[in-house]
Amino acid sequence: MTRRARAEFVAALAFLAPNLIGFLLFLILPAIASLAIALTRWRLLDVPQFVGLQNFADLLRDGRFWLTLRNTAYYSFVRVPINAAISLALAVLLNRKMIGRDFFRVVLFLPVVMSIVATAVIWRPLVESSGLLNGVLAALGLPGVPWITSTNWAMPTVIMIGIWKEIGYYMVIFLAGLQAIPRTYYEAASIDGASNWQQFTRITFPLVSPTTFFVLTVAMIFSFQVFALTTVLTGGGPANATTTLVMYIYQSGFENFRMGYASAMAFVLFVIILVFTLIQKRLANRWVHY
Amino acid sequence: MKRIETRDTGRLAVGIAYLALGLVAVSVLGPLLWAVGTSLKTYGEVFSRGLAFFPEVPQWDNYVEIFRIAPFDRYVMNSVIVSLFACAFTLLTSAMSAYAFARLRFPGRDALFVLYLATMMVPQQVILIPNFLLIRELGLLDTLAGLVLTRVFVPLGTFLLRQFFMGIPIELEEAAIIDGMSYTRRFVSVILPLAKPALVSLFIVSLLAAWNDFLYPLVFIRTDTKRTITLGLSILQGDLDIRWNLVMAATIVAVSPLVVAYLALQRLFIEGIALTGSKG
Repeated sequence: MTRRARAEFVAALAFLAPNLIGFLLFLILPAIASLAIALTRWRLLDVPQFVGLQNFADLLRDGRFWLTLRNTAYYSFVRVPINAAISLALAVLLNRKMIGRDFFRVVLFLPVVMSIVATAVIWRPLVESSGLLNGVLAALGLPGVPWITSTNWAMPTVIMIGIWKEIGYYMVIFLAGLQAIPRTYYEAASIDGASNWQQFTRITFPLVSPTTFFVLTVAMIFSFQVFALTTVLTGGGPANATTTLVMYIYQSGFENFRMGYASAMAFVLFVIILVFTLIQKRLANRWVHY
Repeated sequence: MKRIETRDTGRLAVGIAYLALGLVAVSVLGPLLWAVGTSLKTYGEVFSRGLAFFPEVPQWDNYVEIFRIAPFDRYVMNSVIVSLFACAFTLLTSAMSAYAFARLRFPGRDALFVLYLATMMVPQQVILIPNFLLIRELGLLDTLAGLVLTRVFVPLGTFLLRQFFMGIPIELEEAAIIDGMSYTRRFVSVILPLAKPALVSLFIVSLLAAWNDFLYPLVFIRTDTKRTITLGLSILQGDLDIRWNLVMAATIVAVSPLVVAYLALQRLFIEGIALTGSKG
């Protein structure tokens, strides 16, 4: 090594050290430890005992695990497409010069800066049986809805509130994608007499598809981690209709102190998220849109 | 004739656009206004005023009452401390490591960067249990320091700033190299001033994440006076049950610092969050 290269190496180490040490300690080590703990039976106060894949075998037979996995999948697979569709529609509407454009953008983005806890707390009195939503329905002559008290309605209500919080977020990402589409395409299309709808289906939708794809996968990854919304809004009820995977991880780890079992579940969550990440990384490169 | 038709359909389209946007705006603002209105109602009015958003007489006292019920000032202070330290450390350490990745050559650089990239997809939920055990081992359970430490070293910061640094023309640094400036001087006086937009974005995203986090405070914090505002709110709303006027006053207190900052700096917030979102 030349003297200069050595000086550069020393400088690099010095610049890297603060972040790298923390990164190794609080991210890499826990990620590895997570898998190791998943192979043990460990009640926190006793000594961890190696049990191989026993926790994973137990998971397969655990009805509650499957229930929470199903609830989480229900939340994600219903919520994400609706969320993306609404956000895309709003972005298309706002992607033009119009009076009030900034007002709408600022308002729709507002819930993004609030915590999920605050969002859930704000919505709780609205979805009570005698709350605002049923009051509005009654004023319109419609019957009330058991928003969070019925096992059928609870998850759709959670999904609705989850969407409410994030429409602005994905809308802004869509707006960035829309702005990359050359104006001239639309000008040419309107000269040829294409309607707004035709312009959307033939130009906007295909050309914004990389963004759509990005939004779908990223929203999936976030949705599978749902925890605060259901914890505060429904507590997982009624009758476990909204208990999610991360809620079960939390309960296993910090209410029942089953560290190994909870880590095994966390590993399952990791694999699910890994799959979505790989789909995104792989297809994002291949997505040809012209 | 044809032209009139297109103008009419054009006007119809604009009408529909405004109708749709208006409906969504109302459904976003409605719950928020309801929360503000409820926070000013008496307990009786919460149930007796039907669909009226606002009370007869605003009960500003509700906002005093919640500070009597819980140490809300402590919660806010704790959130400020955790958020500011987390943001400061995130910015500082990420900018330094990003500079090393972007500008310095050293063996194993690319492999190490791939490791950073690969861990970007590991969510905090997945490493919650090992992090809890580690913080417990370090004796930092039930401390604000534990909350700060587990949120500073997100690889997103390094990734984002490295991207930005690589976009800064090397020529700008060459003058400094000729002047014999050290790496530290180049980093501080050439790179950092130019990277201000990226640093602001990262600051905003880190601030939101730290202020709004729920899971880690829930797991790490035991003592009432060490709760963050988000954790405090979640517990207070359970304790207060259906005293919605007080619950909403507490919620307004919890969200208003960030909402006010957002309203004052809309563009920075929206662009910063969108930028990091579309890179993540």
